Amino acid sequence: MSNIKLVEKNLKKRYARERRFQLYGKMAVLTGFIFLALLLIDIISKAMPAFQATEILLDIPLDHATLELEPAQKLDQDTLSALNYAGLIKTALRQAFPEVTNRSDKKLLYKLVSDGAEFTLRDHIISNPELIGKDSISLWIKADDDIDTLFKLETLTSRVKPEQVAFVEQLKQENRIATHFNTTFFSNSDSREPEQAGIKGALLGSFWTLLVTLLLSLPIGIGAAVYLEEFAPQNKLTDFVEININNLAAVPSIVFGLLGLAVFINFFGMPRSAPLVGGLVLSLMTLPTIIISSRAAIKAVPPSIKEAALGLGASHVQTVFHHVIPLAMPGILTGAIIGMAQALGETAPLLMIGMVAFIVDVPGGILDSATVLPVQIYLWADSPERAFTALTAATILVLLVFLATMNTLAILLRKHFEKRW
Amino acid sequence: MSIQQTATAPAIAQTQTNQKIMTSTSDTYKTVGRNIIPNPKFSTRNVNVFYGDKQAIFDTSLDIGNNEVVALIGPSGCGKSTFLRSLNRMNDTIPICRVTGEFTLDGEDIYAKTMDPVLLRARVGMVFQKANPFPKSIYDNVAYGPRIHGLASNNAELDEIVITSLEKAGLFKEVKDRLNAPGTGLSGGQQQRLCIARTIAVSPEVILMDEPASALDPIATAIIEELIDELRENFTIVIVTHSMQQAARVSQRTAYFHLGKLIEVGKTSQIFTNPRCELTENYITGKFG
Ligand SMILES: Nc1ncnc2c1ncn2[C@@H]1O[C@H](COP(=O)(O)OP(=O)(O)OP(=O)(O)O)[C@@H](O)[C@H]1O
Ligand SMILES: [Mg+2]
Repeated sequence: MSNIKLVEKNLKKRYARERRFQLYGKMAVLTGFIFLALLLIDIISKAMPAFQATEILLDIPLDHATLELEPAQKLDQDTLSALNYAGLIKTALRQAFPEVTNRSDKKLLYKLVSDGAEFTLRDHIISNPELIGKDSISLWIKADDDIDTLFKLETLTSRVKPEQVAFVEQLKQENRIATHFNTTFFSNSDSREPEQAGIKGALLGSFWTLLVTLLLSLPIGIGAAVYLEEFAPQNKLTDFVEININNLAAVPSIVFGLLGLAVFINFFGMPRSAPLVGGLVLSLMTLPTIIISSRAAIKAVPPSIKEAALGLGASHVQTVFHHVIPLAMPGILTGAIIGMAQALGETAPLLMIGMVAFIVDVPGGILDSATVLPVQIYLWADSPERAFTALTAATILVLLVFLATMNTLAILLRKHFEKRW
Repeated sequence: MSIQQTATAPAIAQTQTNQKIMTSTSDTYKTVGRNIIPNPKFSTRNVNVFYGDKQAIFDTSLDIGNNEVVALIGPSGCGKSTFLRSLNRMNDTIPICRVTGEFTLDGEDIYAKTMDPVLLRARVGMVFQKANPFPKSIYDNVAYGPRIHGLASNNAELDEIVITSLEKAGLFKEVKDRLNAPGTGLSGGQQQRLCIARTIAVSPEVILMDEPASALDPIATAIIEELIDELRENFTIVIVTHSMQQAARVSQRTAYFHLGKLIEVGKTSQIFTNPRCELTENYITGKFG
């Protein structure tokens, strides 16, 4: 057989091997996609109900007699806040169901609406005081979470009584019950009542915590990486530091939480549950990631570029700042954003420093008590009310959206910096 | 002893009956020829360079005169680049590299504690073996040196420096419409000329060139060689080359390295027509071993 025949014969085998390898690759990618799709479908289907809230249309009497107000009385803030809004809602409910007379049925009737309904009404009246004196106004009032579940998912939770099912049926017939977009989910903080609970507090908590993490870990991480890679003498001490940085990257995150508790809170007396402490702890955790990826990026800068700059008489520092860091920037930023994404999803160390507390207020700064998105997920996943399941899934979805945004940003930044040359 | 006859080597053929000096294979040896000259610009004595445990240059002494072009020739791996890089302390950047010996530039010890390598490299410029433009625009590549040294007081002056440097390097015509295009987007030969322009933009006193024409076509090579001739009026040049013709055309003196040893130094015409060492003769006639 001639040589070319041999080559031809082997060629078929070589191509077959190539095709096989490509097939393995495609299968691997496909498997990954299937798992991702399953996860997303599961979360999205569970989360959808949380973005819709069931509301009941009530005719609320606002005439002076019902409000026990003199028609001439001045309506200042205090008078308006002091009105008996809970009573108004109860009156409206009784008027909607005039046939309900016995006490226990009335109690069940009142439970149709959310405990927070009176506050919704109060806010509405305070911002529209001219409504006072009208015979009645129609207002959509949030339903209780059990009614919400009953109406949206048509499932009976153990706390719903048959009488209430009948009430809902009647409301349906009168077109007085419907679902609307759940703005509360984005405008409220945590609450014991699922229909009143939102993620604004956790979202801002995450924002403040990540801000602290970013401001601390990015400059420190890049500084350490540049120093270790470019300026540090090669000796036992730097070897030791390098080994320890690599070790730190592998330390379970809860250990950082314990450290934060012992050092920042117990020793330095910083406030518990504060984004400041959370950010410090997460910085400790993300620093190794940022240092390691930045060092790799700096190492990948071709030595010939450094030589060119040094050969022209640039000092070492000039060489690093004019050439090495700009060229390493895409890698450094990718590492930093991946580190930040890790920090955004981190839960365990924050439990240790008290960011797991039940916090109703929206944090206004890094010293206020706060919780963060993943901890909020953890808290809600643990709650017994059925409606919290949907809230949990919805929060996971929001978190995933943020993570995806950050990762997209990382890719875009890398493309941008690479495209420049 | 038989030597392949070539058209360019009739003179060599005449000398083949002369007795050639055999260089000893031990670590101690003596360089043949005038490696030491009066009033040198650059002077090196007893230079040894080590990469870790491996010695790359053995006990070499070589002077380089004012306004002189010295060519370093020798087989691949003989230490030409290593020797060249020790002249502007580029070897300092290699952690395992150790240099011993005396180096003086205008009588000043360049390895002295008081000598700032940054200043030294502004005085002793270098063109590297592999073209290494910055990933910046053509303009910024050339302007970088003048900028960091503050050589131009305004933009017009900087433009002037950039344009003359590019013209001298024979690149200006090709790139004048795209000075803001990336330097890395040029062809290999253009990149090398860009690196030359970048080096001369700082107007160093001495220019070290490590095979500046290895990636160039004959026309670009001719431009570079012309440039070297021109630069010689004001600068001192040390050039490493693998092209014997190039060494013959541009240099006044030639130094032949072999396995880290400076075997022979002499007038270029003498080295190429009548080398005194057998190793040199073998190399320039294309016969090894
Ligand atoms: N950075 C380095 N680390 C270790 N050894 C090196 C290094 N650079 C060069 N050497 C060694 O030093 C010797 C001389 O190398 P050098 O680069 O000076 O050769 P050269 O004469 O320039 O060769 P060429 O003509 O191929 O460029 C070689 O044996 C090489 O292996
Ligand atoms: Mg070389």
